[in-house]
Amino acid sequence: MNRYALWQYLIIAVSIVLGLLYTLPNFYGESPAVQISPLRASLNADTALLKQVEETLTQANIKAEGIFLEGNSVKVRFTDTDTQIKAKDLFESALGKDYITALNLLPNSPQWLTSLGALPMYLGLDLRGGVHFMLEVDMQGALDKSLERYSSDVRTTLRGKKIPYAGIEKLNKKLILKFRDAESRTQAETELKSNYPDLGFVQEQVGERFDLVATIKQEAMLRMQDSAVMQNITTLRNRVNELGVAEPIIQKAGKDRVIVQLPGVQDTAKAKDILGRTATLEIRMVDDERDLDAAMRGQVPAGLELYEERGGSPLLVKKQVLLTGEHITDAQPGFDKDNQPAVHINLDNGGSRIFKQLTRDNVGKRMAILLIEKNQAEVITAPVIREEIGGGRVQISGRMTNTEARDVALLLRSGALAAPMDIIEERTVGPSLGAENISRGFNSTLYGFLAVAIFVAAYYAAFGVISVIALALNLLLLVGLLSIMQATLTLPGMAALALTVGMAIDANVLINERIRDELRTGASPQQAIQSGYERALGTILDSNITTLIAGIALFAFGSGPVKGFAVVLCLGILTSVFTATFVSRGIVNLMYGNRRLDTVPIGKIWLPKGNDKVPDTFDASDEQPIEPKRRELAVANEPEATIEQSVEQVVVSNDPPHSQGEIAVETATIKPDSIARNTSASRSKGKNKRKKSPNVT
Amino acid sequence: MEIFRFNRDIPFMRWRRVGAVISITTFILAIFFIVTKGLNLGIDFTGGTILEVNYRQAADLEKIRTVLTGKGVTDASVQNFGTSRDVLIRLPVKPEVSSAQLSEDVLEILREADSSVEMRRVEFVGPQVGEELLENGALALLFVSIGIVIYLAIRFEWKFGIAGMIANLHDVIIIVGFFAFFQWEFSLTVLAAVLAILGYSVNESVVIFDRIRENFRKLRKASVTQVIDNAITQTMSRTVITHGSTQMVVIAMLLFGGEVLYYFSLALTIGILFGIYSSIMVGSSIIMLLGVKREDLVALEKKPLENDGAVV
Repeated sequence: MNRYALWQYLIIAVSIVLGLLYTLPNFYGESPAVQISPLRASLNADTALLKQVEETLTQANIKAEGIFLEGNSVKVRFTDTDTQIKAKDLFESALGKDYITALNLLPNSPQWLTSLGALPMYLGLDLRGGVHFMLEVDMQGALDKSLERYSSDVRTTLRGKKIPYAGIEKLNKKLILKFRDAESRTQAETELKSNYPDLGFVQEQVGERFDLVATIKQEAMLRMQDSAVMQNITTLRNRVNELGVAEPIIQKAGKDRVIVQLPGVQDTAKAKDILGRTATLEIRMVDDERDLDAAMRGQVPAGLELYEERGGSPLLVKKQVLLTGEHITDAQPGFDKDNQPAVHINLDNGGSRIFKQLTRDNVGKRMAILLIEKNQAEVITAPVIREEIGGGRVQISGRMTNTEARDVALLLRSGALAAPMDIIEERTVGPSLGAENISRGFNSTLYGFLAVAIFVAAYYAAFGVISVIALALNLLLLVGLLSIMQATLTLPGMAALALTVGMAIDANVLINERIRDELRTGASPQQAIQSGYERALGTILDSNITTLIAGIALFAFGSGPVKGFAVVLCLGILTSVFTATFVSRGIVNLMYGNRRLDTVPIGKIWLPKGNDKVPDTFDASDEQPIEPKRRELAVANEPEATIEQSVEQVVVSNDPPHSQGEIAVETATIKPDSIARNTSASRSKGKNKRKKSPNVT
Repeated sequence: MEIFRFNRDIPFMRWRRVGAVISITTFILAIFFIVTKGLNLGIDFTGGTILEVNYRQAADLEKIRTVLTGKGVTDASVQNFGTSRDVLIRLPVKPEVSSAQLSEDVLEILREADSSVEMRRVEFVGPQVGEELLENGALALLFVSIGIVIYLAIRFEWKFGIAGMIANLHDVIIIVGFFAFFQWEFSLTVLAAVLAILGYSVNESVVIFDRIRENFRKLRKASVTQVIDNAITQTMSRTVITHGSTQMVVIAMLLFGGEVLYYFSLALTIGILFGIYSSIMVGSSIIMLLGVKREDLVALEKKPLENDGAVV
């Protein structure tokens, strides 16, 4: 009875080894590092870059703890953050604009652990500090914009096909094309239908007018929404690269949302500024012929808008958008051939074609590059077109300082958002609070564990100690499991870790109480252990499944921090059932299964009055559980028990331990009847007397 | 060592009228406070902005208020948070201002007034997100409640499902009632605590129900009242020890967990303490009220009687 087969012990051993192995990296901590990765996918981080990094460091006399190539980036480890920041600045100036230099933290765990895939848990933003944003794509704005574009395209088509029309009006989500007769309307409809598959057309009769109402089809809208989100994600990624963040998370959430997480970002204002700049770029023509003064007095001619150039003069800009920011593939500050600051822009194929046409038609005129932020347009620059520009390589120069050139380039480069976005949720945690949160979570778990451990060990004696070992293994396995899954640990997650400690002990309490119950009803020790474990199992499963239901609901409906709580809670339930039943049973079997057991070391068991199913020797003897020999001593020799009692009195009264003789004197003065009383009192009190067996003093 | 020593079963069911009065009174009081005072919902649910800043010296709240009002931020609530050097500033949702910008502006104003200010935490939740979180919270509560009823109904019988659920909703309502009465902030983490309590507290009922089922099989001659009294008395020690252990950890969280975990652990504390009471008095009273019979469980359990726990 109460023996495990070898394979059962093996399962326990293997799980403990795995738990240790994967928990270990979490204790090594992290060291500051700089991560250098190429900005564009075409570039590779290779040994040449590694060498360059090494040389740069040696020249500047900065000592690195380690330089290595990992993934598509070179990582350099430092001893402290001061060196790290110094090195970052150095790399930025030495390596140029083709590489992103970012501050990072690298796990300190030794190579052999890393090669086993044992990595520390990923710390959430509330523990490591950083910024979390949730952005929502403004679909209404995107739709408005594309309707605007359609309206001018439709106009061009109708003109090109020489179909007479009375006007085009944008109303809510529709375009109303007005015609004077039914014939031209039918003609227009056939023509437009073949040219614009994304638009749906309905004929309408309003009084004398023949209208054709165009709407964007539902499926086209969905497609637009999807591509708008994807485009935004790409753009956000580029913007984040500008920030130099080591491990940014940019992902789609739901149908029109994007989550951006920037761990370790210290300058949140800058991050928000760059991300929150939900800007779009448009290239339009400037109209220098109309009366600017009249426009400034409020009489803006139709089809034009009045803007002010950055830090400069007002100008009139045509409403028609010729080119949008999505065609811009790159923009870099630099110098023109006269060594004046300039911005170099690269366009994609479609953009180059449009731009070539645009510049050919408008030589000598000005074009305006508009940055539109939250419906507020600003003309970044309005250069004069000198000649036709083909090939998609554009240079803007003149009236620019170095800083301005860099700003404009940055805006152009990252300005190409397909649809405007709003920050709808932000959670920023400063680095100091992050570190504090780690120690808070850790201390809660530690002190909670210690309190429970002391109590349980005191209450259930040896079985309590086994329960505590099982509880510690539970924590080990849970952290190991979380590390294997590379789960993100948050403060609520740490709270769940602590709570798991408090709740997991429940299973062991159930088992231990059951064993005591069985002993009370007269079962033999081995029998009591056996049926205690077996009978408690059903209850343990029942009660854990209900908690699991709650955990799953939290995971399904929770967001962010609550999800982290739920993951740890659910996994904690699984590991705790395993350790509390299977592993603790294994320990019990290993220790007590192989021998004749006269008593179960599960603390003093109290028996209700009038219930004498259990032999009297039972509860007296459980003070010496492990060595049955001593049991005879304690029970058979009453005087021995008396000495034990008096020793306790000595200890309580704080007498110095040298007074052996006094003990003897005291013992001698105790009368037989008081001996009996003392012994029975000691039984019902039953306080850890095991430790004070007679020969100890 | 053993805390509980009962020579005879405690006649819990004889006191169930008293229990009912206590339960119903606390329940009605909780509902009353929830309705009249309302919950002090955190920005997770209402939307808005929170800034936690830290000063080198004790912060002068009055000065911060004046500075903010002077710069046009009129509806900010400024209070200490934890220590006298930590300040929490709350700003309601303003449709006309870009909220992401708002926190930046406020920080700028604070920095101008005192350069030693350090940003600890900024949270901004848009109103649409808040609504969703509230909705999801309610859905989770519903899901857990129904899931538990179904599980208990399958594992035991429908009466137990209902009883377990009512006992736990009782706990939940009382936790929420406390939050309404003291106007503690009800945030997303508190909601997580409430749901965790819902799952945890059902444990208690399950353990007692398990004993009741076992007793129905074992104590053939005992009346329903005796069976339940015996089940509660037998599991009493375990209930208190388990709750005590969990409470120890929660106390550790209250002491060391900082402000973020403070209300979380407070909710857990109320839930755990009331959980002891409700699992003993409420759950069992309700199954008696619903008229539980030996045949409900024993006939049903005849065949898969042994080892059924291990199978599940």
